[in-house]
Amino acid sequence: MRGAPLRVYAILYLLFLYAPITLLPLFAFNDATIIAFPLSGFTTHWFTDLVANAALRQAVGNSLFIAAMTAIFATLLGLCAARAGAMARFPGKGGIIGFVMLPLVLPEIIVAVSLLIVLRQVLGLNLNNWTVISAHVLICTPFSIAILNGAFQNLDPSIEEAAMDLGESRFSAFRLVTLPLVMPGIISSMLIAFTISLDEFIIAFFLTGANPTMPVYIWGLLRFPAQLPVVMALGTILVALSVTLLIIAELFRRRGLARAGIKDTGGFL
Amino acid sequence: MGLGSFAKSEGGRAATLLAPPFLYALALLALPILAVVLFSFWTQDFMTIDTRFTLANYREFFDKPIYGVLLGRSLMVSGIVTLVTVLLAYPVAYFLSFHVPSHRKSLWLFLITIPFWTSYLIRVFLWKVILGYNGVINSGLVGAGIIDEPLSFILYNVNAVIITLAHAFAPFAILPIFVALEKIDRSLIEASRDLGETRLTTFFRVTLPLSMPGLVAAVLIVFIPTIGDYVTPELMGGAGGKLIANMIQTQFLQLNNAPMGAAIAMVAMVCVTAIALVFVALNRRWLRGRG
Repeated sequence: MRGAPLRVYAILYLLFLYAPITLLPLFAFNDATIIAFPLSGFTTHWFTDLVANAALRQAVGNSLFIAAMTAIFATLLGLCAARAGAMARFPGKGGIIGFVMLPLVLPEIIVAVSLLIVLRQVLGLNLNNWTVISAHVLICTPFSIAILNGAFQNLDPSIEEAAMDLGESRFSAFRLVTLPLVMPGIISSMLIAFTISLDEFIIAFFLTGANPTMPVYIWGLLRFPAQLPVVMALGTILVALSVTLLIIAELFRRRGLARAGIKDTGGFL
Repeated sequence: MGLGSFAKSEGGRAATLLAPPFLYALALLALPILAVVLFSFWTQDFMTIDTRFTLANYREFFDKPIYGVLLGRSLMVSGIVTLVTVLLAYPVAYFLSFHVPSHRKSLWLFLITIPFWTSYLIRVFLWKVILGYNGVINSGLVGAGIIDEPLSFILYNVNAVIITLAHAFAPFAILPIFVALEKIDRSLIEASRDLGETRLTTFFRVTLPLSMPGLVAAVLIVFIPTIGDYVTPELMGGAGGKLIANMIQTQFLQLNNAPMGAAIAMVAMVCVTAIALVFVALNRRWLRGRG
């Protein structure tokens, strides 16, 4: 068959992509402090340690709060931009959208240091969860826009016009007609923003206050070899959580495409 | 057209809608970057900032060899990572676009993107487990009797940083190339074959040039962010594998010298932008030269 070598290569490539993650559960359930082969035995000890760790619980709580707020605000901003993107052109529109999408290609450390300078040195604010949220909204908005663009651009504008011709106001036409149609996109965008924020470390490390986020706390743990199996257990839970959220996001995205009545052409980006 | 009627037109409403995300990016991206530029011309005077304009930070950058060494190493690592990532990704994107039936494409894309969405920190750490002294590769090779001593050249140096980054940025390279390949009109490839080109020459004379926009996007989307990563070099690089982002991080968070950190960030950004622009320009010229 033509393309057979390519198929083998693609499967090997997938194995390479998944190699590190598959190790996680192995060591999370391994009864040894040292993260190395050979494995010594099965234990759920590390997971109980994890639950007993109060500092970690607090870090997880912080991260969940930050991720939830980021998901909401990034999706709201994304909705504005994606809706505007699907409407009539005006001078400078392309440039403005390009500018809003810029954090997608900017090195994260630049976003981190520039915000640190403004927040600490210029405004003299204390760092807290909201400083992290403000930065995460900035970097998640482009992802939200990309996802919601797909939802809006495939929408037939005549449906909303029909609702307005039938007597609905502009806002209620949007709420009753357009919003339900793009709802799968909105949920998908919120889940993606949530996932990005939950895992983000580079910016959070600069902007986190007295209460670290979960990745910042993990970073601290990595220096203590005795804590590494706990990190593995945590990682296992995180990966399982991320994969679940992504599958839900993907299902919603597909449902959105099906609602809009178009062919599925690709993934999130 | 007056301002009032513009606000009521569809373009005007689009502009109003676009205002919140635009103002947000202006306030939290453009102004802060402006502040970085400003700070880079100031100096840290113990606990306070001396706001007199000076080039002292930039002078220090070019006088002390350490900064140049780190920046050079960063650019080299990012360059190699980009090259490796894009070369490895292209066949996968090609396979996805040309050989996978269309109803299976989104499943493949989904499988490729999943690892990218899992905790970056933990993925980097797992590479340490794979490449380490007692790691998967070494214990595997020693166990199989292929080597007697664990290999030491694969952790705590630049190689380890390159492997880890190439893994982390793989999906970034595949997606834009895939999108570009999907856009190629398949009849052009058929035409080329009908006119007597072989499969290989068709690829180099039709498919590859047409997929160039995706390739360029992949290069930029890998090259630019890798410069800003300090996690991988910190965990994987050892003493000799530190990069410019580690220095920026140290200046800000440990030495409390924001102006110097700002200056280093500025030089790094200018270099990256210049390289990116040259790359795009060369690519344009090459495509035009062929067309």
